[in-house]
Amino acid sequence: MSSITLPRSVLLIAVAVIALVPLVGSTFYVQLGAKIMIMAIFALSLDFLVGHTGLVSLGHAAFFGLAGYVLALISPQYQAANLWLTLPVAVVITALAALVIGFLVVRTTGVYFIMVTLAFAQMLYSIFHDTNLGGGSDGIYIYVRPELAVAGMRPFNLESPVQFYYFVLLIMVGVYAFLSKVLHAPFGRALAGIKVNEHRMRSIGYPVSSYKLGAFVLGGAIAGVAGYLAACQFGFVNPEILAWHHSAGVLMMVILGGMGKLHGAVLGALAYTLLQEILSRPLLLGSYAKHWQLAMGSLIVFIVLALPHGLAGILDLSLRIRSTKPARVEEALDD
Amino acid sequence: MFYLIQLLNGIQYGLLLFLLASGLTLIFGIMGVINLAHGGFYMIGAYLAFWLARTTGSLWLAIPLSIIIAFSIGLLLETTIFSRLYKRDHLYQVLLTFGLILVFEELRSILFGDDVHGVPVPPLLDFSIPLTETLSYPVYRLFVTVVCISIALTMHFVIHKTRVGMMIRAATSNREMAASLGVNIPLLFALVFAFGVALAAFAGTIAAPIASVSPGMGNHMVIICFVVVVIGGIGSINGAMIAALAIGLADTLGKVTAPEYSAFAVYLLMAAILLWRPQGIAGRA
Repeated sequence: MSSITLPRSVLLIAVAVIALVPLVGSTFYVQLGAKIMIMAIFALSLDFLVGHTGLVSLGHAAFFGLAGYVLALISPQYQAANLWLTLPVAVVITALAALVIGFLVVRTTGVYFIMVTLAFAQMLYSIFHDTNLGGGSDGIYIYVRPELAVAGMRPFNLESPVQFYYFVLLIMVGVYAFLSKVLHAPFGRALAGIKVNEHRMRSIGYPVSSYKLGAFVLGGAIAGVAGYLAACQFGFVNPEILAWHHSAGVLMMVILGGMGKLHGAVLGALAYTLLQEILSRPLLLGSYAKHWQLAMGSLIVFIVLALPHGLAGILDLSLRIRSTKPARVEEALDD
Repeated sequence: MFYLIQLLNGIQYGLLLFLLASGLTLIFGIMGVINLAHGGFYMIGAYLAFWLARTTGSLWLAIPLSIIIAFSIGLLLETTIFSRLYKRDHLYQVLLTFGLILVFEELRSILFGDDVHGVPVPPLLDFSIPLTETLSYPVYRLFVTVVCISIALTMHFVIHKTRVGMMIRAATSNREMAASLGVNIPLLFALVFAFGVALAAFAGTIAAPIASVSPGMGNHMVIICFVVVVIGGIGSINGAMIAALAIGLADTLGKVTAPEYSAFAVYLLMAAILLWRPQGIAGRA
């Protein structure tokens, strides 16, 4: 069985490299880096569902967007909101929404699950798009980023791109470590069992639906954390952040990186966001850059047909070629 | 009388949904492929109507031409791309068809721009039946309703009474067994897929004079079609018919009574069905 995460030494080096970016890069790259890390948190939360529980959700952006809207709606207009208050409120509301939607969707499996999650996400989209609750299709601006104060001190000034970058990095590492713990705990092992064989898990006495619902709520809540951070960074929310293009995009990140691997989700977010940046700028495609989705779409079709195991699969493949022979010897000994 | 008009509109919208959803549910039921890009074929049909009606000057010429073009597109896509997806996980089918949507949307943007277009109602049917002194009902909408009903009846007949229909039903319930009994599965799949594409494009073509021809028109429809398929039960044409009419009526009546929440009513209906019968009205448990 391939490992769900990389060795600790590799991870420490990776974090150190990420932490060095603001020292060498300009503000543009710092902001891009923060965006990539936010998308990585989002992709991690979806990979937890798709890659580790076997729940292919095509409506995950609903929770991402909902948390952003909650922040926008409860922030005072011209003052900084308190992060200690708004972040928990946003995450709890998102988790509650995931609980209600999850209660309905975990009753379905396979392709039904895909369609139903898509439909409920579209329902949230239509609420924010058609009513005046969140400014309709124009969305809402958040003029001032939330303020983070610890005992009167401010360890991070989120208005500064560099400090925001480190704050997001801290949260990403936290989410990564948390999910890695959860996946190695009995709860996570049970989810892995459900992914492989749901019926067997049920017959040995696991309440499979409750486990799935638990995973769905946890995944939704973490997507909410990412959505909250994204709303902080961009300073506005509109219905497009809940749209299914966004849900499909994050699913593509998970697949691109290789699902079922936490580092895969991060790699996927990096690759997809960079691809988007490169294709949508005139640098490469000239005047066709405004039709960048044509290139993106073709690339997605190509990747699905040609690389069934994602980028992490290429890594795995090279490892597997080296380890084929000993495995065969073991098999022979088993006989 | 006002509600009679809304009732007719609801039925007509429901029948259009049925044309899309039946192709979607057939393709899923037989080949096991979930096709997000199905709404793209609806959009292609509408833009073909716009383009062909303008170049040939008649919607009557545009309809058969767009069916032929869409059928060919369907055959091409099935042989080059979709036939490689049959054995793959739904997850990859979702992603690949999402990629196709991006491609369709951008090609549409390059070829036709991002403006909203209209297609004139053909002169032959461009009049209304007066119902009261102030209210009347456009004949073109009735025409659409009648055409959709006849297609639905023809499909029912073909699937239940003909040899091709027998093959389709056999392939739906057991693909390997049908193949070993001599049914040419690759050919059947290609034809059913192309037929589904042509049906969706046809829906787009005849809807073009009623609805505006606009970017993103397919994406909205396909999500509603998923709701139809979920409510009706995957693979069931009859279920799709009942669900499409229910959604058509719920949406239209919702638009009249509470326009802001009409979309909500559709999803609420889906949630209720999921609580009652997670496998859909006509789905097998």
